Amino acid sequence: MSSVSDWEAASNPVKENRAGIIGKAVDRYEGPLKVTGTAPYAYEVQPPSPPAYGAMVSAPIAHGRITAVDTAAAEASPGVLLVWTHRNKPTQGPRPERYDFFTPSPRPALESDRVHFFGQQVAIVVADTLENAQAAAALVKLEFEADPQAVDFRNHYDEAVQPPGESDVEIGDFEAGFAASPVKIDDVWRTPLQNHCQMEPCATTAWWEGDQCTVHTSVQMVRFAQNSLAETLMVPHKNVRLLTRYVGGGFGGKGSFYEDLVLAALAARELGRPVKLAFSRQQMMHGTVHRPATEQRVRLGATADGKLTAMSIMTITHCDRRGNFTEHASNFARSLYAAPNRLTGHRLVRLDLPVASAMRAPGEASGTLGLEVAMDELAEKLGIDPVELRILNEPEVDPENGRPFSIRQLVRCMREGAQLFGWDKRNSVPGQVRDGRWLVGVGMAAAIRGNFLLPAKASFTVDAMGLITVRQGMTDIGTGTYTVLAQIAAETLGVPLGDVRVEIGDSELPPAPGSGGQFGAATAGSAALDAGMNLRQAITEIAVADPASPLFGGPAEQITFQDGVIAIANRSERLSELIRRNRPEGLTAEGEIRPAADSSKWSQHTYGAHYVEVGVDTITGEVRTRRMLGVFAAGRILNWKTARSQLTGGMIWGVGSALTEGNAVDPRYGSLINQDLASYLVPVQADIGDVEAIMLDEVDDKANPMGIKGVGELGISGAGAAVANAIYNACGVRVRDYPITPDKLLAALS
Amino acid sequence: MRPFTYERALDAASAVRVAAETPGAKFIAGGTNLLDLMKLEIEQPARLIDIGKLPMAAIEDTPEGGLRIGSMATNSHVAADARVRSRYAVLTQAIVAGGSGQLRNKATTGGNLLQRTRCAYFYDTTKPCNKRQPGSGCGALEGLNRNSAIFGASHACIATHPSDMAVALAALDARVETLSPSGKVRAFPIIELHRLPGETPDVETHLIPGELITAVVLPPPPPGGQIYRKVRDRASYSAGLASVAVAGRNVALGAVAHKPWRAVEAEGALESGGSPAEAIAAELKGASDNGRNGFKINLVSRLVPVAIEAARQQGNGA
Repeated sequence: MSSVSDWEAASNPVKENRAGIIGKAVDRYEGPLKVTGTAPYAYEVQPPSPPAYGAMVSAPIAHGRITAVDTAAAEASPGVLLVWTHRNKPTQGPRPERYDFFTPSPRPALESDRVHFFGQQVAIVVADTLENAQAAAALVKLEFEADPQAVDFRNHYDEAVQPPGESDVEIGDFEAGFAASPVKIDDVWRTPLQNHCQMEPCATTAWWEGDQCTVHTSVQMVRFAQNSLAETLMVPHKNVRLLTRYVGGGFGGKGSFYEDLVLAALAARELGRPVKLAFSRQQMMHGTVHRPATEQRVRLGATADGKLTAMSIMTITHCDRRGNFTEHASNFARSLYAAPNRLTGHRLVRLDLPVASAMRAPGEASGTLGLEVAMDELAEKLGIDPVELRILNEPEVDPENGRPFSIRQLVRCMREGAQLFGWDKRNSVPGQVRDGRWLVGVGMAAAIRGNFLLPAKASFTVDAMGLITVRQGMTDIGTGTYTVLAQIAAETLGVPLGDVRVEIGDSELPPAPGSGGQFGAATAGSAALDAGMNLRQAITEIAVADPASPLFGGPAEQITFQDGVIAIANRSERLSELIRRNRPEGLTAEGEIRPAADSSKWSQHTYGAHYVEVGVDTITGEVRTRRMLGVFAAGRILNWKTARSQLTGGMIWGVGSALTEGNAVDPRYGSLINQDLASYLVPVQADIGDVEAIMLDEVDDKANPMGIKGVGELGISGAGAAVANAIYNACGVRVRDYPITPDKLLAALS
Repeated sequence: MRPFTYERALDAASAVRVAAETPGAKFIAGGTNLLDLMKLEIEQPARLIDIGKLPMAAIEDTPEGGLRIGSMATNSHVAADARVRSRYAVLTQAIVAGGSGQLRNKATTGGNLLQRTRCAYFYDTTKPCNKRQPGSGCGALEGLNRNSAIFGASHACIATHPSDMAVALAALDARVETLSPSGKVRAFPIIELHRLPGETPDVETHLIPGELITAVVLPPPPPGGQIYRKVRDRASYSAGLASVAVAGRNVALGAVAHKPWRAVEAEGALESGGSPAEAIAAELKGASDNGRNGFKINLVSRLVPVAIEAARQQGNGA
């Protein structure tokens, strides 16, 4: 196993970046396909023979059981091929007691008569057309008996428990430290349940050839879904080929998979015919997963000169009865600010609600909405600039465990952001700046999100044309995976970008964990780099051993790869020539990455600083973002364009979290009120004024061999808090119950 | 989706005749609302009569100095019309405050008036809704009813009418022209088109079965300024929390009732010399909240005086 020092010491083509492809604003590899509508998403994949179409029936109660089933009318409906409920569903692998993110396990559909949450899929109809399937689905008659339900999070705090396997983390003596602090903040912030709202709903096209099942679906983790599906179908893993070439957004919600995958595969086997099955937008809201609501009590104690003496975040959140997922809204604070007395932890309420799970920056996205506003409140109380307060409390080592930071440029993010944004022009007294109907304010917040590396493999092939093909069971969920893998390959093998092909999203390819936790680029890219290095080695060995090559005899260590040409000193030939002579069928090398044995010696994070200007209409309570700037430090940037898109996308999502986004549970039904994109309000273009993301020059050589880190979740972390702080600066009102909608702001303003 | 028949109407006379003779028939033009509702099986028409190609899209000057807007004129077309923009600015402002660019390109004038409520309980077919399923009850009444009506609601329904355009038309004293299955043409004030929910919220207008809106007629613009202000959670593509249209002395409110709400009490107070704040206070005497929408009363009381003042300034400046 390698060590961090190996990574730091070794040079490689990505670090050297001789062709300058790394970091460049390269257009999306698959962009032309997507903008011309020719990238087939899972539901659009053309199966080998005409498909049948499924439609699912969802439970209209939150908790209870199905007491009667009458499918006669549905079965008699035109074109219907199959109707399944729990009564007649095929045998599937048994559900484990608990699911986790990384262990494949069966996920049986239509498992029993039990209804665990509103919107649970309880029946499926498959018919010759989608319309016939949907019409028949409406004819499935189910009767339910409701059990008492607990769905109203805030009414069940007394049932909150410590999440299994966790304990509160206390350093020093928080209560004593807090009590002794001359300046204190003690407030509660609430964040609502949120839905992922991916543009592409969960969808699957499935077919069988003999005992081989092929599924095209929309997931973030290829192998996890493939193995879990095989275990659900009770077939060997190798009998399932899972493809997910294009994914229209995941955001954590497709880290797992749902009934579309299982039921499409089962129905295709039953019918001997391809089956297409998708969730409707309404079904997505309940039938997949969501980010649970939180209530965070944030307490800060400080000296009069602004040194934090005590810091605590205690979060109450919720999950479903059978789950363990915890929105760890307190965790990020453990590495953010120095304070001798610290207490963080979580409590979990189990409810009869749909399944809670990860959503973009789980923990940080919710937690920064509390602490980063509390810091603003503390700064005001102390009469210290919010930027300076944060800098005053900048830790030298990780304040929780004493580990050194691999690299930490938070202060530089804040300083450069302040300068670029014009922070010095801020009037620290709220309500002083008017522009027509708007009171204008500015706010800032820090951003932090952890960095991770997981095991992954990849392969590179060079063919007789000199074209490089990257193969990896990785996904591109809109992040830019295709593009950055092509860049790594082009830079590593010294070929033009146009000579690289990328094949991902296929369980037959070398496994990678997939996309999530902003570990995708580092994990997949590092394995790809290793495959590239191994291919270089293989090419070199062939070249110096080939008497027909000008490179014959070496010295091998002097070989260069550039513009499709390999050279040693002034002797060169085209890569394609060498391969054509020696490996006309192509030459393949494998590569892999594993976390370094000693990587946990360092505290590794990505950082940023958000600056936001908002307008608040004090007559109506409306808030509009006028401009936003984020400055980020996230290691070496592979692609300026796709990284920037991820960061600005996260920032915009942060605006949504602050101002519009959230769902509410109707406690009578256990259902969510917003079930489509006309009522679940994510920001639109008109909500976002100028938005800019700056990425600092940075290399984190302790993170992985390329010195890169992730950006997918950093941009949202802290962005909403900066909006909330700007609202306060504009109008002098704090709303601690997100989202800050006109009704809440008006109540505070009145 | 349920099976239905579709036909394209050749002329208005045959369209209304066919519509009247088929129970469950529906006209369709832009389809921006109806198709969504059909996919959710909230609307289950047996027969769709496409009136989108009927020659009723013109915007014509009237001898009285107003405009006659054909019911098939798209929202985008009306909002962009130079005469509308210069003389009925409140109408352009209201139209562009609604929906999205794509929706406005498809949505027609007649369809906009007949769009149905955005109440979440109407859309969720697992919930009671007297409008969707008469007699089933009102899910919103005791529910998450933040955006429900503060005027004219009943125990059977507290939904609001979502149109922005209709609010401006109400303030402009527009009249609606229709063609009945019998061939009768009639015209009436737009404020008489929609009904309050009462006991029958499923019956939303005073149109008789098969009756087709053929045009909206604007009288000459009233003297004075015009303004439309809509308050919403996000800057575009969002239902209003409340809106106000001011056209001269006329004031209409949106997103507060089952129909575009002409603020006659406020107009009366203004007429007798009351201040804008006093005027809206007079109107709001008739308002009531349902628990979670009480903020709308406060919101309207703050919004309307500002809009009236802005329209007055504009009128004085002109």
